[in-house]
Amino acid sequence: MATKTEQQMVPLNGDEAVALAVKQSDVDVVAAYPITPQTIIVEKFSEYVANGEVDTEFVCVESEHSALAASLTASLTGARAFTATASAGLALMHEMVYVTAGCRAPVVMAVTNRALSAPINIHGDHSDVMAERDSGWIQLWAENAQETYDSIIQAFRIAEHKDLLTPVMVNLDGFWLSHTLENVNILPDEVVKKFVGTREFPFVTDTEGKQVPFKLDPNNPLTLGPLDLPDYYFEHKRQQEEAMHVAPKIIKEVHDEYAQLTGRSYGNAFVDAYCMEDAEIATVCLGSAAGTTKTVVDYLRSQGVKAGVLRIRTFRPIPWEDIITSLEGAKAIAVMDRSNSVGADGGPLFHEVRHLLYGSRGHPPVVDYIYGLGGRDMPPKTIHAIYKDLYDIASTGKVKHFVNFAGVRD
Amino acid sequence: MVTIRELAEKPELFTPGHRACAGCGPAIALRYITKALRGPTIITEATGCMEVVSTIYPYTAWKVPWVHTAFETAAANASGIEAAVKALKRKNLLKYDHVDVIALAGDGGTYDIGIQALSGAVERGHDFLYVLYDNEGYMNTGIQRSGGTPKGASTTTSPAGTIVPGKTQNKKPIAEIMLAHEIPYVATASIGYWADVIAKVQKGLAAEGPAFLHLLAPCPRGWRSDTAKSIELARLAVETCVFPLWEAVDGELAMSPQSKAIGLKPDRKKPVADYLKMQRRFSHLFTPKFQHIADEIQADVDKRWNKLLKNCNVSPAVKV
Amino acid sequence: MSQQPKSWKEVSPAGVCWRPASDYLTGDWRTFKPVRDPTKCTKCLLCHMVCPDSAIKYDKKTMDVEFDYNYCKGCGICANECAAKAIKMVKEEGE
Repeated sequence: MATKTEQQMVPLNGDEAVALAVKQSDVDVVAAYPITPQTIIVEKFSEYVANGEVDTEFVCVESEHSALAASLTASLTGARAFTATASAGLALMHEMVYVTAGCRAPVVMAVTNRALSAPINIHGDHSDVMAERDSGWIQLWAENAQETYDSIIQAFRIAEHKDLLTPVMVNLDGFWLSHTLENVNILPDEVVKKFVGTREFPFVTDTEGKQVPFKLDPNNPLTLGPLDLPDYYFEHKRQQEEAMHVAPKIIKEVHDEYAQLTGRSYGNAFVDAYCMEDAEIATVCLGSAAGTTKTVVDYLRSQGVKAGVLRIRTFRPIPWEDIITSLEGAKAIAVMDRSNSVGADGGPLFHEVRHLLYGSRGHPPVVDYIYGLGGRDMPPKTIHAIYKDLYDIASTGKVKHFVNFAGVRD
Repeated sequence: MVTIRELAEKPELFTPGHRACAGCGPAIALRYITKALRGPTIITEATGCMEVVSTIYPYTAWKVPWVHTAFETAAANASGIEAAVKALKRKNLLKYDHVDVIALAGDGGTYDIGIQALSGAVERGHDFLYVLYDNEGYMNTGIQRSGGTPKGASTTTSPAGTIVPGKTQNKKPIAEIMLAHEIPYVATASIGYWADVIAKVQKGLAAEGPAFLHLLAPCPRGWRSDTAKSIELARLAVETCVFPLWEAVDGELAMSPQSKAIGLKPDRKKPVADYLKMQRRFSHLFTPKFQHIADEIQADVDKRWNKLLKNCNVSPAVKV
Repeated sequence: MSQQPKSWKEVSPAGVCWRPASDYLTGDWRTFKPVRDPTKCTKCLLCHMVCPDSAIKYDKKTMDVEFDYNYCKGCGICANECAAKAIKMVKEEGE
């Protein structure tokens, strides 16, 4: 095992961790529009620019839609591009989120997950990014500011991989992670720069039959973003799906290489299974709630209860094998959704997990707890109550309600 | 001043085989624009007629690097490309001294859905040329009205019916809006005058900072005009003062020779009806019920023309 | 006109165009075709400039234009603009 790099511990909140990771990753273009709770990212980055600490073109665009459009074309021109947003900003970019994935541009975007309007709410929940599940972006979810820092750095390597060409979103809970100060171990600038490396371009065929680098270059003109009629669109979309099958290997490689460098790993890169080996009652969640849940699990374990929590780190591509394997043996499972799919009989994560478990051995009951919408706090006692429900379900085999709302005033 | 022979010898960077209609004005516009390029160039285009007809996968009519992303993003795309070129140049990763960035969009992608990105991009001062090829309607989707459709024109979303005589609103003064943004170069041009278009494109490329060119390009399909008359109509628009030609270098407004000639000798000015009568999108204006609209259009044109004459300090030449 | 469409494994990613538009011959669109009277033509090259389809090519060696009927859509702009009235639009024979 190689000796890990010496790191410095500094106090950073999630947003500052993002800004620092971007600064160290030799990014060429940042085009962004401020929106709470991402504002600290753009503000901090502006400071770096103003003080000459980064060699990056920072474009203060006039809307999020333009932010992603500019990041996309910058990336297609050969630059390493980054943007960040949340909530309404991500919703405004929606069209471009799909376009970016369809153009196979390796843009990295940090999303400080925040509730969608109306009513307008600036606090953390997952509704913004759930609306982008189908877009073809790789999604990494962070549990804390440290993981945010680490994941941003890894994201550039993942996105730019020649066999992948898929943009990557790194999600951090709005306010819970974006604004909360934590101790973060950071790498020296040169180490990060070396880790992310310089961008390499795959080769594509041009109109003269030549193999040329996949970027906008006057010496090797290419036409990007054409019109697909029904004779070709389906094939291009099938290719995007294929990229998602190629992704896990690359995500794991990058994660493991980074783990060697820093001594930090996150589960197996795809899921973070906490006390899941013999768990009889388990919850599944995304993001920062996992941190709180782990403390509840610790307490329950100390009381002799076989509880566990499965945090999904890579939401796209969904690590279906790891999820099924981790949940094997559980007698009752609760999915925790920090967003709702209105009218769909449960939240999005519930649907995905339940779909994966369909036909699995034992058919454990899977229930949904929609929680924390609009920044509603999810304290240990609420989580504890969920485990209590699971305990009852596991013992009696009976489910009172499949879809529950935890923490709402009834 | 480049000669027609020199231009004719240049390779076609917008090639034949594109699927534009016969007699397409914007296609002519693109030929002039690509003839005017001076070096390494990257073009980005908004969704619209010219984007669709030239890039039906797997075919492309472009021999320059070209990218399309969405309808409202021509200027945002150009911002991203320009920023990337700047960043890569600073890091010594760019093998060119300079790359010209051109944003191309129709009136759909400029007057309406794209105006926010355009205004933002020029406010930020990116070094690029934005060319608006104006065929006065959302032609690609079937001739719907845009902010650039002139008063009285019949389109599918502003049809001339028994009660409403086509579009009732005026054409948005987009070039004047760009002039108000105080950018280094703003100009109007028409495909009726190829040399003027090429000169203005070159001036726009040479300008350091944002440049905007409003280029009139008739659409025989949407204007219901003869396919053979697209260039003639584009000239007539200038000769009737419906579309005067001018340019503003660092805000200094100056009339172009074709329009100045009319200012100096007012009897050269042709009646607007000559122009309207060649387009069946205005044919309802020559019925008793809506004749007054045609008169209003003439009055509007005269008013704007006189104002422009004043602003450009042009008055009839005095016979000595 | 088009080859056998490629499978998803063979097409270029992200729809990078790999065929020149010039592979697509638009000449069969037209009803009328331009015919030039060489005795009237002054070789001013204006027709080369105004053609929306670049279907009037300029030959540097002969310093003359050549009508490319593979692409000409028969719009008639060249005939309308020719100052010497050297081009006539003639109805195509056959279908």
